[in-house]
Amino acid sequence: MAQSNSLWRRFTTSQVFWPLVALGLIMLFNAFFTPNFFKLEIKDGHLFGSLIDIINRGAPLMVLAIGMTMVIATAGVDLSVGAVVAISAAVATVLINPALGNTLIASDKLVENVTATPLPVVILAALVAAALCGLWNGMLVSRGRIEPMVATLVLMVAGRGIAQLITGGQIITVYYTPYFFVGNGYLAGVPFTLFIVAAVGLFAWLLTRKTAIGMFVESIGINVKSSFYSGIDEKNIKLLVYTFSGICAGIAGLIVSSNIKSADANNAGLGFELDAILAVVIGGTLMTGGRFSLLASIIGALVIQSMTTTMYAIGVPAMAAQAVKAVVVMVVILLYSEQFRTVINRLFARKEVQS
Amino acid sequence: MAESDQVILTMTGISRAFPGVQALQDVDFNLRRGEIHALMGENGAGKSTLIKVLTGVEAPDTGVINLDGKEVQVKSPQHAQDLGISTVYQEINLCPNLTVAENILIGREPRRAGRIDWKRMNAEAREILLRLDVDIDVTRTLGSYSVAIQQMAAIARALEIASAKILILDEPTSSLDAYETSQLFGVMRKLKSQGTAVIFITHFIDQVYEIADRITVLRNGKLVGVYDTAALTHLELISNMLGRNLVELENVSKSRTRRAQSFSSEPLMQARELGSTGAIEPFDLDLYAGEVVGLAGLLGSGRTEIASLLFGIDKPDHGTLTYDGAVVRKYSPLASIARGVALSPEDRKAAGIVEDLSVRENIVLAMQASRGWFRFLSSAKQTEIADKYIKLLNIVTPSPEQPVKNLSGGNQQKVILARWLATNPQLLILDEPTRGIDVGAKAEIQKLVVALAEEGKACIFISSELDEVLRCSDRVVVLRDQEKITELAGDEMNETLIMQTIAGS
Repeated sequence: MAQSNSLWRRFTTSQVFWPLVALGLIMLFNAFFTPNFFKLEIKDGHLFGSLIDIINRGAPLMVLAIGMTMVIATAGVDLSVGAVVAISAAVATVLINPALGNTLIASDKLVENVTATPLPVVILAALVAAALCGLWNGMLVSRGRIEPMVATLVLMVAGRGIAQLITGGQIITVYYTPYFFVGNGYLAGVPFTLFIVAAVGLFAWLLTRKTAIGMFVESIGINVKSSFYSGIDEKNIKLLVYTFSGICAGIAGLIVSSNIKSADANNAGLGFELDAILAVVIGGTLMTGGRFSLLASIIGALVIQSMTTTMYAIGVPAMAAQAVKAVVVMVVILLYSEQFRTVINRLFARKEVQS
Repeated sequence: MAESDQVILTMTGISRAFPGVQALQDVDFNLRRGEIHALMGENGAGKSTLIKVLTGVEAPDTGVINLDGKEVQVKSPQHAQDLGISTVYQEINLCPNLTVAENILIGREPRRAGRIDWKRMNAEAREILLRLDVDIDVTRTLGSYSVAIQQMAAIARALEIASAKILILDEPTSSLDAYETSQLFGVMRKLKSQGTAVIFITHFIDQVYEIADRITVLRNGKLVGVYDTAALTHLELISNMLGRNLVELENVSKSRTRRAQSFSSEPLMQARELGSTGAIEPFDLDLYAGEVVGLAGLLGSGRTEIASLLFGIDKPDHGTLTYDGAVVRKYSPLASIARGVALSPEDRKAAGIVEDLSVRENIVLAMQASRGWFRFLSSAKQTEIADKYIKLLNIVTPSPEQPVKNLSGGNQQKVILARWLATNPQLLILDEPTRGIDVGAKAEIQKLVVALAEEGKACIFISSELDEVLRCSDRVVVLRDQEKITELAGDEMNETLIMQTIAGS
């Protein structure tokens, strides 16, 4: 009995507890107000339903949040992930359809399965481009000693320009079924994106918790001077986390462009950086760095996505959706604030005294 | 005057618990007008918590505070100031990037037509500092001055707060040299004559006897007793603080004479004309395995700068350093750790502990850093190492998983020592390893240094406390104004000669 009590305590004090509560509340809301929210159907051997939808649409954000968590844990931030999503999407689609969307559909019939480059090369090239973007950020932050926010702002702005150069300023559409599988496919009845998230999450977990990297990341985020005195290689750790964040953005770019079967340098991944930061914050990792939880950030991404899906489901107009989301997020963040909790506690304490 | 008229503050039955710790348990404390009252106790005795309760940082779980005969509830540090209770904390809470004048008068800037009157502000700040016999340019940023001057500014700020009836000085002398300390005592006596009540927290027992009228001793969160200083001997005071008779302190000095053996013939580390412009003039230094070399000198004399060069925090721009016969080319902490050099830094909080990491993680940090990213110590191995050093160094912590910030200063220092011992160093540089920690832990650390040298390690021991340097070291290097003046050994090693050398006479 005592053991189950302590397990419960460990759960309630763990970093995943509050994000789970937030997710639970949104689910509870849906249970009452959204008909058929929890209904799962099997169509053509695939699972369908709102829950599956949330996971599927939330996949890019979850992947981004994983990379962003490690960056934020070092007391940094990566504002460029949205732009890197666009670059990765641009590289992949251009390699599949180098004619920039013109010649391949010049013939009358729609060409279904055409690519100019083998799929593995496409994926590899997009990820290498994204990794280079991350490496660039990492160099600016670790070697150039530039504030992370400023350093990554460079690529946030310039990145969309680079993506435009790659696509020649056009929206590139692809017609290549194997590529569609990345963002739309099903494996064993479950969306393939779920496997991608699981793989990235598992890799990141192994990287941080089964090597010393996680401890070093936290140590740098908490006290960079003490870490330096202890011999921790702060520069290379930072280089690593920004590069990894870039790769995560590259993967997200593949999912996004596969999902919509095209790449738009101006709009792909627009605003993703802020959603990713928000997911990490909801996950309880401090912006000032230190202790982090990858799982909590993934749940944070799910919170954001389920909010969006819920609002569409109950028919909040798209224009108002952002505002409603902002209010919900504000409430969640306030609940995290130590100061706010004290204020609430005091309010209740005072009422008790009066009555 | 009746006794009750003199009393300005009484705290009765104060208790305060933190998760896992009863920091204060039913503690009484009273303070009279115009007295200097020393608050003594080991780390974790509850001094800081008592002060935090008095200054409104922490609310007591139970207990009553009477100020000037009226019961008060101190709601916040701001409220405490309004009540006339001012504090100078151990860690200086000022803004190094603001000017001295701004720091002293922040929040109470003299104004003219709604705007800050800079001229008057600077003049006022200067005048306040002159009252402390500190004559400096108040328009320079605070950070450009030494820690000692910063401390003075902090005191000036506390005094400036209008109608300070009670002034709390938390370890004010820990970073002051002898002259500055006497200056501070002059100020304290003046305040006393004006009727201000001063609470003085320190680890320096001699200073307590020099200045305090009464002593309150706490131990493990409980009140041991209140004494008139004149009626309490040194030994009684120490045994009250520790709750045991202390012979260990004496034993350390005895073991030193026994240890005077011949050292290995080849120096482990050799500095030739090593120097860094603006930090330390070129110096020669030989370090042998099995000896403790003390560095003595005032603040800013170059002690810490030598440590920084030898450990690779700073790069020299002059001279050569050889280690184990090979010339050192790579200056970085990581390279030093690989060589077998360790540095326990002067500033425990800023450069030592990683606050939110657990005791276990703090202990294995340097060892893991030298192993690199992928040769990861399993958590079982980490716990094993942590447990070993917790036991070896007597670290008081509920568990190895406790965040290190929850430990007392002395135990944090031991955690840092454990971090370095785990790397199995051949040369251990200890910069002020005993600053701000209690007598018991001090003795333990001194004994440890001697024991490490006996094991064949070389140690550099840096401390502001001369008797401590003398007690632990085989040789003493004396520094003055960023320059190595001389080395003393054998019979020359005595306080008088060292002080004469430092004074330059």
